[in-house]
Amino acid sequence: MSPMSYLDALEAESIHIFRETAAAFERPVMLYSIGKDSSVLLHLLRKAFYPARPPMPLLHVDTTWKFREMIAFRDQVAAAGDVEVLVHINEDGVRQGISPLVHGSAVHTDVMKTVGLKQALDKYRFDAAIGGARRDEEKSRAKERVFSFRNAQHRWDPKSQRPEFWHTYNTQIHKGESVRVFPLSNWTEMDVWHYIRREGIPVVPLYFAKPRPVVERDGALIMVDDDRFTLREGETVAMREVRFRTLGCYPLTGAVASSADTLDKIIDEMATSRSSERQGRVIDHDASASMERKKQEGYF
Amino acid sequence: MTTVEITPAVAQDNTNLLRFITCGSVDDGKSTLLGRLLYDAGMLPEDQVAALIRDSRKLHADAPDQLDFSLLTDGLDAERQQGITIDVAYRYFHTQRRSFIVADCPGHEQYTRNMATGASNAELAVVLVDARKGLLAQTRRHTYICALMGIRQVVLAVNKMDLIDYRDDVFAAIANEYRELAAHMGITSVHCLPVVAPSGDNVGQRSTRMPWYRGPCLLELLESADTAATQAVDFRLPVQWVNRPDASFRGYAGTICGGQVAVGSEIVVQPAMQRARIERIVTADGDLAEASAGQAVTLTLDREVDVSRGDVIADATRPAPVADQFAAHLLWMGDEPLLPNRAYWLKIGSRTVNARVTTIKHKVDVNTQAELAARRLDLNEVGYCNIDLDHAIPFETYADNRTLGGFILIDRQTHATVGCGMLAFALRRAANVHWQHTDLNKDVRSASKGQQSRCLWFTGLSGAGKSTVANLVERRLHALGYHTYMLDGDNLRHGLNKDLGFTAEARVENVRRVAEVAHLMVDAGLIVLVCVISPFQSERRFARSLFDGGEFLEVFVDTTLEECERRDPKGLYRKARAGEILNFTGIDSPYEAPEQAELHLRTAGLRPEQLAEQVVEQLLAGLGPHHSG
Repeated sequence: MSPMSYLDALEAESIHIFRETAAAFERPVMLYSIGKDSSVLLHLLRKAFYPARPPMPLLHVDTTWKFREMIAFRDQVAAAGDVEVLVHINEDGVRQGISPLVHGSAVHTDVMKTVGLKQALDKYRFDAAIGGARRDEEKSRAKERVFSFRNAQHRWDPKSQRPEFWHTYNTQIHKGESVRVFPLSNWTEMDVWHYIRREGIPVVPLYFAKPRPVVERDGALIMVDDDRFTLREGETVAMREVRFRTLGCYPLTGAVASSADTLDKIIDEMATSRSSERQGRVIDHDASASMERKKQEGYF
Repeated sequence: MTTVEITPAVAQDNTNLLRFITCGSVDDGKSTLLGRLLYDAGMLPEDQVAALIRDSRKLHADAPDQLDFSLLTDGLDAERQQGITIDVAYRYFHTQRRSFIVADCPGHEQYTRNMATGASNAELAVVLVDARKGLLAQTRRHTYICALMGIRQVVLAVNKMDLIDYRDDVFAAIANEYRELAAHMGITSVHCLPVVAPSGDNVGQRSTRMPWYRGPCLLELLESADTAATQAVDFRLPVQWVNRPDASFRGYAGTICGGQVAVGSEIVVQPAMQRARIERIVTADGDLAEASAGQAVTLTLDREVDVSRGDVIADATRPAPVADQFAAHLLWMGDEPLLPNRAYWLKIGSRTVNARVTTIKHKVDVNTQAELAARRLDLNEVGYCNIDLDHAIPFETYADNRTLGGFILIDRQTHATVGCGMLAFALRRAANVHWQHTDLNKDVRSASKGQQSRCLWFTGLSGAGKSTVANLVERRLHALGYHTYMLDGDNLRHGLNKDLGFTAEARVENVRRVAEVAHLMVDAGLIVLVCVISPFQSERRFARSLFDGGEFLEVFVDTTLEECERRDPKGLYRKARAGEILNFTGIDSPYEAPEQAELHLRTAGLRPEQLAEQVVEQLLAGLGPHHSG
């Protein structure tokens, strides 16, 4: 028999990880961030347990600053009805009026995303949370395990990670502890797009180029997605043909100038232009090693 | 240079996947080699190349046009500064012919476990040596770990050929020596090639500076390596998940870890050995007629059999052997040493069982492969051991099947992964020593005594009052007409356990024997009172695991160390403080207080009679009415 294609091999590995999580934990959840990696995860989740329905809910930690098209996409997914979509918002943060425009990316991300996530995990007592992080995204991710242990305070200790052999994962935890599980660990950004094309997986339209209202701020192209966005002196909104390589909170997510409006064009563009994926993310540039610090505190 | 066709990096869906590792130290030029490989494969984003040009100029003002490829992959120094364990870093690249996952492994001895982690999923290793230095102890160690973890293909990259004037005789000598070494360790395929990593000679392109080498460059070797070499032949699927959406469907989901299967194949579910035929091979993309190793599928069977997670579905004509005692190589990764006879969880495939290492036959010096006598294994040490499980499991030798021959050991208390093992073979005594079934059982025996059997396990410091209280409890039970026996740790050391000392290893064995004897007595229908210090949580847990639910009552006789020392009925604390007794619990050996004892006797201010009454009350509350025989 001919060897499996590499996308088939990646798919099988991810399905194995999903099944292991469902079998070994009492209350697993899949974190759903609405981006392309989440779309791939959801597709794999459905495949892993076919013909049964996915045996775990999705959880979206809503910072209230996501692109409107993302929320519409999420609601479509929930409407499909085969999988439960839980939405959690940090109401304390909302009451305090936390905003990325006023408080900056660090405070906003910490309160609305990291704290919000911990609140939701505690509220539902989830003991395993599946996420879409990939090792090729960022240096500290490259060191992360597939089953990554978190203590009762949700903290990651990079110094005492469990060694991982073969596909034999240690899933033992004490009450109150949890693991984060990363089925896409060995996927690259390119793999994700090839797989989306091969499988015909729907993604948020923001990934495709189209004229959009953007402002140039601190070297990034920020899309003006609603009227909460206030212009600084000298800034003007211009319609430009742009698309997004990653999706997050709209004031913190830079667009790239692009005319790639189909999957084929996106893949071609990536093969030729080749800059790093997370370049457009304001959060990673805050301080050196910032991702590693955030992860230790409980960020995904 | 002759250009080999390498087109930037669009992975095609029809390419396959090779997982390999690189081993060698930073000094050998490993980071440079890997950086150069990624560059030659066209895998570097523009912003990274720009940063590389900038940083290379900054660091090497003397050679502004030379790129320092080590900057691309050298996360290691930064890791060292941050005090983070030097870890395996995974990298990904594609050529037109194949996709690659590289585990970049740290080279130093203290990171042996990290290297083994990377090697566990790899089919090939690139071992790097410095042409000026030839083979070193670390080369032997890296090769040994590769062989231990099942890698059978090695590319030996002899680097820095420019510094020895591209001499083919030096290269040939190193290559010959290495082939011999690798063959000795069971590595069947070795390809040696001369490289100069910074300039890319024989990395992504064939070099013109070493015309005497006519073989392929590194990238070509990686593209053509045999990925099927490590695949197991016989059909095996460890069941991960029983898929039961409704009454009409019952499927067994898992990843095939060996061979292939087709609809209609006759299979056997192990270890229970029930036979059936494959009815459907279900996937979300439609049913398959056949499936093979690596595929994650869901099988349905043509008849109802009892299958659960951890079972193995195997080819009925060639089923996996089943056993509960093995010889295995063990790589220890725990901060605490491996102690023989301590109980651990063993996970193999999707099954978790209780396991003990009964004997360490020898440990292996990872640098010289010399076999040394050992009574324990410390962090990063490799041992050849006998292992005993509480259940018979289907298995394969590691050489035949990594999934069903490789296992991890998990500490039952901390839940840390403390060891990984590779099964060598089942011990024949497992097959020969059968469990003799008897007609009478525990229930019959205890009923004839008009009671239910129990084990009361008294733990606490020396001098805490364990034996005093237990003695009073036994007298009281006897007076009430119960059949009892008291097992006293000190008394047993005069007979059954007189060969044991007081080291941590000996204490573990001491407690194991006492627990087994208590278990026999409970099986005989008795109420057993055990008095042993039993300082370690994991041994008490082991003892508990021998008994049925509710049968085992842990009694923590809690007297402070100061009070025990004040009493010092046998004068032992005085001797321990004077250094005349070593490994004395509470002084220079730890006592781990129970967290979930059924009964916590706080002795301060209470007389032994009052304490004994507490124990009797608790025991009788669980026993129900007594029917005197």
